[in-house]
Amino acid sequence: MTKNNIKPSTQRGVSVFKTISKHRLFIPIAFLMFLLLLNIFIKPGFLRISLGRDSSGNPVLIGNLVNILNNATELVILAIGMTLVTASSKGQDISVGSTIAIVGGVIMRVLCGNETQPTELKAPIILAFLLGCLAGMVCGAFNGILVAKFKIQPMVATLILFTAGRSIGSMAMGGLKPKAVSSFGYYGNFIPGFPIPTPILITILVVAITYIALKKTNLGLYTRAVGINDRSSRLNGLNPAKIKFMAYVIMGFCVGIAGFVQSSRVQTVNPYTIVPGIEMDVILAVALGGNSLGGGTVNMAGSIIGAYTLQTLTSMLTTLNVNTNAVPVFKAVIIILLVAIQTPAVKNFFSNKAKVSKIISNQGKESA
Amino acid sequence: MQEPLLTMKNIYKSFPGVRALQNVNFTLYEGEIHALMGENGAGKSTLIKVLTGVYPMDGGEIYIKGENRPVHIKSPQDAHKHGISTVYQEITLCPNLTVAENLFIGRNDELLVDWKKNNSRAEGILEELGIPAKPTQQLSNCSIAVQQMVAIARAVDMDCKVLILDEPTSSLDDQEVTKLFLLMRELKSRGVGIIFVTHFLEQMYAICDKITVLRGGELVGEYKVMDLPRVELVAKMMGKELGDLADIHNKAQTDNENTKEVIIETVGLASNSGVKPFDFKAYKGEVTGFAGLLGSGRSECVRAIFGADKVTKGKIKIKGNEVNITSPLKAMKKGIGYLPEDRGRDGIIGDLSVRENIVLALQAMRGFFRPFTKAQAQAFADEYISLLNIKTASADTPVKSLSGGNQQKVILARWLLTHPDYLILDEPTRGIDIGTKVEIQKLVLRLASEGMSVTFISAEIEEMLRTCSRLIVMRDLFVVGELEGDDMTQDKIMYTIAGVNKSE
Repeated sequence: MTKNNIKPSTQRGVSVFKTISKHRLFIPIAFLMFLLLLNIFIKPGFLRISLGRDSSGNPVLIGNLVNILNNATELVILAIGMTLVTASSKGQDISVGSTIAIVGGVIMRVLCGNETQPTELKAPIILAFLLGCLAGMVCGAFNGILVAKFKIQPMVATLILFTAGRSIGSMAMGGLKPKAVSSFGYYGNFIPGFPIPTPILITILVVAITYIALKKTNLGLYTRAVGINDRSSRLNGLNPAKIKFMAYVIMGFCVGIAGFVQSSRVQTVNPYTIVPGIEMDVILAVALGGNSLGGGTVNMAGSIIGAYTLQTLTSMLTTLNVNTNAVPVFKAVIIILLVAIQTPAVKNFFSNKAKVSKIISNQGKESA
Repeated sequence: MQEPLLTMKNIYKSFPGVRALQNVNFTLYEGEIHALMGENGAGKSTLIKVLTGVYPMDGGEIYIKGENRPVHIKSPQDAHKHGISTVYQEITLCPNLTVAENLFIGRNDELLVDWKKNNSRAEGILEELGIPAKPTQQLSNCSIAVQQMVAIARAVDMDCKVLILDEPTSSLDDQEVTKLFLLMRELKSRGVGIIFVTHFLEQMYAICDKITVLRGGELVGEYKVMDLPRVELVAKMMGKELGDLADIHNKAQTDNENTKEVIIETVGLASNSGVKPFDFKAYKGEVTGFAGLLGSGRSECVRAIFGADKVTKGKIKIKGNEVNITSPLKAMKKGIGYLPEDRGRDGIIGDLSVRENIVLALQAMRGFFRPFTKAQAQAFADEYISLLNIKTASADTPVKSLSGGNQQKVILARWLLTHPDYLILDEPTRGIDIGTKVEIQKLVLRLASEGMSVTFISAEIEEMLRTCSRLIVMRDLFVVGELEGDDMTQDKIMYTIAGVNKSE
């Protein structure tokens, strides 16, 4: 009797686990949790958050988690745009890092004019922000036209700005390397008197807007439909070219915001070294989030979690005092593992093993 | 008697669930142009793929002249060694290389290539075969016809004895076809055996010596071209005997209403797909059909109406008003629905769920900023899943995991949900089980009785006779006739397709 009672409940337990593990966010969240646990193991005080004061005596939150959330801002915002680009055009925008240099260049030029060390801002910050976003969207539109209209492979199309972007950024600043006054730094650091880093607030805002856009428009459905089958989408009344184009423009807008935050962090921009290699991290974040790089999936939450996962990984390697030059190697190794686990080959291998062990255990029961 | 160049005996081949070839025989002699004809799914391409080693055969023997034992062709390379070459409809050469490079690439093992020598050799070959191209010209700069000829020249230069031309003319214009035929005759005079796959009747009669007809994976027969009039050929391809086709068409006439409202009318409509200008009218509550062989332009006509292909000429009127349809969305907003012929490529969006696939068209009409809530979409999906009896685990299941028939019902649901005035169903019954076929035909009749105008296209003539009250007949991209009422018999259709007036 007791046996009969136990059996269904364990089965239910198994099936609950199965539904959880089948959820599309299971693997991204599991990765993130695993890395956080690893961090706690390495550094017991990892989760501690304290209220400190910065050099000018303002209250600021200090802690590893705060740093990860803060530093992941650009990655998260870019990953949102990249998810749409990947889903609709079946390819990636590799120009985002270089475009940030352009955005940064435009913002610095607007704020500093032709001076290298201006004592006041030459234009309102909101204007700089808007022009920065516009620059990003123009670049996005350029990529979008090449991909959607001329049907050039995304990676080839965006290679143009990838190559030229940093020089264009430098030209935008008139060849100077200006530094803006520290009040511009509020957006990349702290607003005096408010302890939460501003980038975190910006991230929350962008994520909220994305959430609403996905809920209140057909952005998700259209991008997925076009990415899966654009011939069929057209026959259903969609305009695949327009949707792909829009995805690149939205990507450009994300680049604008990310570029604004990034240039505000140190109030200066070196177009040749700003956010080096971020495009690859962004693409990885999208992949880690369970999105197919071949297009057709919009797992936005996954991409955002993927971005935080990557930032956690970077932060962990720094904590471990890994030589900065060696960080990419460690990153690469861990990423290979993370991505490999998600491939069908590995998944099938494990599910087959599970089946075999189940059969064996069933046989054992029968013989008993 | 002359020994045949190629003999295929009792060939069997099956795929999971389908018997693609059953006991098929095929014989080809030297200097013979032999047409391989049949409708969709007849087994033409399977037979060719077996012959060229793309598919292994399940049973049967292939003999080639000069080899005593039956040959085993394991791969296309192997087929080349036995002197069998294929030129496909799509060019399989390298467009970025020159003509000479394309002729010789991959054929010599020497490390160093003397391109000067090769170029002059290429020039010789081109001249001999009368191909208007220069050896150093980049292949992509040549017309499609010349590219195809280069492909043929390559095959010929590789000492091919059997040349397979798989629908080589479908993308050529009339002049180019003439040039290709000249080349084919030249090869014929050299003793090459040519297997010519085409669905253009005129071309087949212009050049071929013999015809082998396949249907449903079985051999219908081998005939001399002069012994087989067009009507009989059409009958054989469709699997009907002339004469004994008792008229099964016994449907209540619906066109006795005096006030027949024209829903859609085309005047001299033509599109970039190549379909020639056609006039067409569809009335409220009527089921019309487009009949014709594969490639005759059935789908191209309805695609032009729906804005799926670019309209180049002519007008479309809806309920008497001229409309400008430049995209499917515009057609949808004018009350037209279109279920495309190729379900997998143009119909379903595989990874989207059944629910998303059902609401997609209506959603696109409603607009980007007005998404349905999940509850609304679910309600639509549930309604049509039960209405059409769609067998799916849930509305969240990806549509690609459904069976073919159920996928088709999902697309049908998608269009019914938009409540069109005029619904086009292009081969809705292709590749689905018999039960679903009947369900779809019944549904078509019901929709028409409720006042919808429906165009129903099917490769199976009986289906159209059962459902349609008027048939537009097509041949080689032209509308060649219109049949109505008592004229709608299989005989009449076949005579019209063949272009022969039945002498009473």
